[in-house]
Amino acid sequence: MLIPHPLLGPRDAQEFTYLGDAALLNRPDGMAEGAEAAFAEYVYLRDNPAGVHRELWFHEQGDRSWLVVTRDTTTHEILGAELARDVKLKGGAA
Amino acid sequence: MHFSGLRVIREALTGHKGWKPLWRNPEPQPAYDYIIVGGGGHGLATAYYLAKTFGRARIAVLEKSWLGSGNIGRNTTIIRSNYLLPGNEPFYEFSMKLWEGLEQEFNFNAMVSQRGILNLCHTDAQRDAFRRRGNAMLLAGADAELLDREQVRAMAPFLNFDNARFPIKGGLLQRRAGTARHDGVAWGYARGADMRGVDLIQNCEVTGFRIDGGRISGVETTRGYIAAGKVGVAVAGSSSRVMAMAGMRLPIESHVLQAFVSEGLKPTIPGVITFGAGHFYVSQSDKGGLVFGGDIDGYNSYAQRGNLPVIEDVAEGGMALMPMIGRARLLRVWGGIMDMSMDGSPIIDRTPVEGLYLNAGWCYGGFKATPASGYAFAHLLATGRPHETAGAYRLDRFARGYVIDEKGVGAQPNLH
Repeated sequence: MLIPHPLLGPRDAQEFTYLGDAALLNRPDGMAEGAEAAFAEYVYLRDNPAGVHRELWFHEQGDRSWLVVTRDTTTHEILGAELARDVKLKGGAA
Repeated sequence: MHFSGLRVIREALTGHKGWKPLWRNPEPQPAYDYIIVGGGGHGLATAYYLAKTFGRARIAVLEKSWLGSGNIGRNTTIIRSNYLLPGNEPFYEFSMKLWEGLEQEFNFNAMVSQRGILNLCHTDAQRDAFRRRGNAMLLAGADAELLDREQVRAMAPFLNFDNARFPIKGGLLQRRAGTARHDGVAWGYARGADMRGVDLIQNCEVTGFRIDGGRISGVETTRGYIAAGKVGVAVAGSSSRVMAMAGMRLPIESHVLQAFVSEGLKPTIPGVITFGAGHFYVSQSDKGGLVFGGDIDGYNSYAQRGNLPVIEDVAEGGMALMPMIGRARLLRVWGGIMDMSMDGSPIIDRTPVEGLYLNAGWCYGGFKATPASGYAFAHLLATGRPHETAGAYRLDRFARGYVIDEKGVGAQPNLH
């Protein structure tokens, strides 16, 4: 798979390590009411869709940036990639 | 129809005209007491034990494709019970004991072959970990032997003992482990279930659950609505998709695992050999092909095929362990979709929906568990209580902090 890195252009997916669903960017507030249940859900539960999936990849063998890659889990087709920083600053991965 | 040696001889002398199909192809009834969603190994075993051991009637297995078309037909056929943790080892040893009696139990040749599994170690720390694991296995009634380098060499002289990075220092051997004919297991359970009146309904995809007031009342399928008292879901690989129809999110990611087989060769591999440090394991089928694999690809996938980098990684592992494999030609590569759970261990439990039960999260270790998984799931469906060996496989163990993490890598499914 080739990941279209927003700064470096197409890069081999082998240069990256995979973390999982980009919803991990939306960390719950540990001080809020019901934080324990919110964290159990955040840490352990996943949508795990068959189809378009937004996910976190770390460019470990490259510029060490975190990307949000949009990819189809039924075909492995990569539909886009953004810097995770930009996604987070825009308000999360929803 | 009972299979026996006499029967084979009689059929051979009469032109093989007496063989019948192994199961019926029934139309779905409007209602059942028990519906098992998923006609793979675990679903068929569940139906079999539900009918035979627990004496339940009016059971159907719904399969969206043909029986055994998922991971029971795609695995590398290894059976073993060499786990460490107390939540796991008694369950897998129970499964191992069921394997040992399976062919007599369901009167079908599943080609269970206890040719042993050898896990290689390369450091003192790894040997200590294997000694601990072996002791845990012995405590649960399994067998385990710690081999030194020369004992390993006597068993498998072709291994590369002096690899600069991973020199072989010994291994943990379980002699009762081995392989089984994966399709034969599915067919044996299917035939046994059908003989006891279970309706095996193929090409019947579940498209929704009908839930009234928090209780399951039936399933919507591509062949119409079917009412049910209890519904058990055993659809590893697609668990998240199916349970989403009941409004649930699971502690599971779906990942692709690839497997490989070489051309047929003369007998050369004595049992199953695993080279965990190099992401490689291998056995030899009765037909002669070297059956091998390595790690999952590592990203969410429902594609039932993987990518080339993992094929390269597995081939490198094979060359590092046994350089002679370089002379064998690769015949086939394929992929299957694994329910990778958040702690690497499975789930056999009821769900928040009354009457709806879940069997999922088998990671890449579901095949060896097939008999015990079916037995424990049937026990749960029939009695409402978990089987004594499967009591740790609760769905809520993650939120409660009772994870069963053999590898100790945390909630990161692609590392299990």
